[in-house]
Amino acid sequence: MTSRLVALWDWFDARMPSVAEEYRKHLSEYYAPKNFNFWYYFGSLAMLVLVIQIVSGIWLTMNYKPDANLAFGSVEYIMRDVPGGWIIRYIHSTGASAFFVVVYLHMFRGLMYGSYKAPRELIWIFGVLIYLTLMGEAFFGYLLPWGQMSYWGAQVIVNLFGAIPFIGPDLAVWIRGDYVVSDATLNRFFALHVIALPLALIGLVVVHLLALHDVGSNNPDGVEIKKKKDANGKPLDGIPFHPYYTVKDIVGVVVFLAVFCTVMFFAPEMGGYFLEHNNFIPADPLKTPLHIAPVWYFTPFYSILRAVPPLFGSQFPGVLAMGLAVLILFFLPWLDRSPVKSIRYRGAYFKCALGVFVVVFLILGYLGTEPTTVWGQFGFDAFFLDTRDIATWVARVGTVLYFLFFILMPWYTVRDKVYPVPERVTM
Amino acid sequence: MSENKQPDKMRRNLIVATSVVGGAATVGAAVPFVASWFPSERAKSAGAPIQVDISKLAAGELGVFEWRGKPVWVLKRTNEMLDGIRRVDGKMADPKSEADQQPDYAKNEFRSIKPEVMVVVGVCTHLGCSPKERGADAKAEMGADWQGGFYCPCHGSKFDLAGRVYKGSPAPTNLEVPPHTYLSDSTILIGEDKKGA
Repeated sequence: MTSRLVALWDWFDARMPSVAEEYRKHLSEYYAPKNFNFWYYFGSLAMLVLVIQIVSGIWLTMNYKPDANLAFGSVEYIMRDVPGGWIIRYIHSTGASAFFVVVYLHMFRGLMYGSYKAPRELIWIFGVLIYLTLMGEAFFGYLLPWGQMSYWGAQVIVNLFGAIPFIGPDLAVWIRGDYVVSDATLNRFFALHVIALPLALIGLVVVHLLALHDVGSNNPDGVEIKKKKDANGKPLDGIPFHPYYTVKDIVGVVVFLAVFCTVMFFAPEMGGYFLEHNNFIPADPLKTPLHIAPVWYFTPFYSILRAVPPLFGSQFPGVLAMGLAVLILFFLPWLDRSPVKSIRYRGAYFKCALGVFVVVFLILGYLGTEPTTVWGQFGFDAFFLDTRDIATWVARVGTVLYFLFFILMPWYTVRDKVYPVPERVTM
Repeated sequence: MSENKQPDKMRRNLIVATSVVGGAATVGAAVPFVASWFPSERAKSAGAPIQVDISKLAAGELGVFEWRGKPVWVLKRTNEMLDGIRRVDGKMADPKSEADQQPDYAKNEFRSIKPEVMVVVGVCTHLGCSPKERGADAKAEMGADWQGGFYCPCHGSKFDLAGRVYKGSPAPTNLEVPPHTYLSDSTILIGEDKKGA
C-alpha cells in the first residue's frame, strides 16, 4: 500500500515538480529565526481567521438575502430556523472582531521589533494594504444585517466621502447608487463583501507572504540571520518553518480557539462591542439611533474624525485627518531612521514614544465608542473653547499625539540612544 | 535580428501603438462598470417631488415627511417660537444664512417663504444623522437660555427653530432648506422650485 502511494506521488511529482519545490521553499526549507516569541503567533492566527471567515461566510450566503426588504428577516431566519445557523453567524461575527484583534497585535509586533525596516518595507506596505482592505471588508459586511447601526453607520461613512470638496456629493450618490443608503447600496455592498474584497484580500496575503519569504523573517532581536550561515548555506540561527513553527503555531491555535469559542458561546455580543444592541432593530431611514458608534475596531479613527473641528464651513478637515491617520502607516519604514530594528536595543525616546502611542490609541478607541459628553464638560467658558466637552478636548490632544508619533519619528529615532546589537540571536 | 544594435523602430512603434489602443479599450470597457454604480432610472423616479398637506398641523406642531428617503420637517411656528429665533441670533454660526444651504427665496430672517412655516431637511449637516426636536421646556439639559430647537444625538450639534446651527457644533452649516413651493395655502410641493412665474 505504502509503495503504491509512493509510486503515485512519484507519478505526480514527475509531472508537476513545482508542488514539492514550493513546499520546500515555503515550509520545510524556509528558515525562520529560532528566537520567535509569543508575538509571532498572530501572523498565522490571522491566516486562520481568514479561513474561518471565508468558510463561515460562504455558508451564510446560502441563506442570506441581499434585499432591503428581506435582509434583516433573513438574518433572523438564519439565527432561529436554519439548523446550525446561529453558530455559523456567531462564528462569522466573532471572527470579524477576532480578525482585528490579531491584526492589531500583529502590527504592534511589527512596531516593536522594527519589522517594517529595510529590507522589509514591501512586506509592511502589503500589510497596510491588507489592513485597509480588511477595514473595507468589515465596513461593507456591517451593512448586510440591515439593522439600525448597519444603516446609520453606513450613512455616516458614505457621507465622509460627501465631504470631499467639489466632487463629494456626486461621489456619495455614486457610492450609494441612490440619494440615500438603500436597496441598491445593500446589494452592491454585498457583492463587494462576498466577492471583490475577499479576492483582493487573498491576493494581498499571497504577496505579503512571498515578499516575507524572499527576504526572510525578522525576529525579536532584529538580527539578520542570513548574515551567519553554516557550510551548507543555511542560516545558523534558522530552523525550518515546518515542523518547528507549525508545531509551535498549533499551540497558539489551540489557545486562540479556546478564547474564540468562549466569546462565541458565552458572549457573542461582547456587551455591545462586537454586535451593537441597536443592530437588533431593523434599519429605519427616518429614525436615527440616539447614539451612533462604529464597531470597536474603527473607533480610534472615528475619534480623530470627531476631534477635528470644521474649518471654513466644511467638515472635510476631519475626514482628511482620519484618512491620513491610516495612510501615514505606509510611510513608517522611511520615518524611522534608527540604526537598530528591535525595541530591545533602542533607547528611552522610542520606548516612550511607542508607549504613549499605544495609550493614546486605546484612549481614542474608547472615546470613539462613547458620546462626546462621556466625561462631562468644563465648568468655565473661554473664547477658544468651541465646545466644552472634556472628551472632545482629550480626543484632540490624543489626535495631535497620534500624529506626532509619526511626524517626529525621523527626529527622535536619530537622537535616540541605541545599544549594541548582538551578532547572533539571543534566546 | 539581435545583430541590429538599434532597437527596431517599426517594432517599437507597433508596441507603443498596440499599448495605447489596448489602454484606450480598457478605459472604454470600464465605462459601463463605473456607470452602473449611478442611480438607476427607478431610483431617480423615486426621488421625484412630494406633495404635503399642512392644514392638519397645529400651531407649534412638527410634521415629518419622507422625500428621497430623507425626513423633511414642516413646523408651524408660533409667534413665541419666532421671537425665540430672534433671541438666539448671537449664538448662531451663520445667523444670516450666508452659506448656500437654502434656495434664494428662503434666504431671510426665518429661512422660509412664510415666517410661520419652517421647511427643512431633518438631516444633520455634520454626518447625516437625524436630529431630535427639543422644545423650549428642555432648559434643564440644553441650557437656561435654550429657546427650543433640534439636537443631534450623534455628535451633539444644536440647531434653532429655523434650522440654523449653533456655534461650536460639529455641524459646519445650517440645515438644508429643500426646494419647495406652495401649491395652495395648505399644500406644499417639496422637491421643486416654483416654475415659470
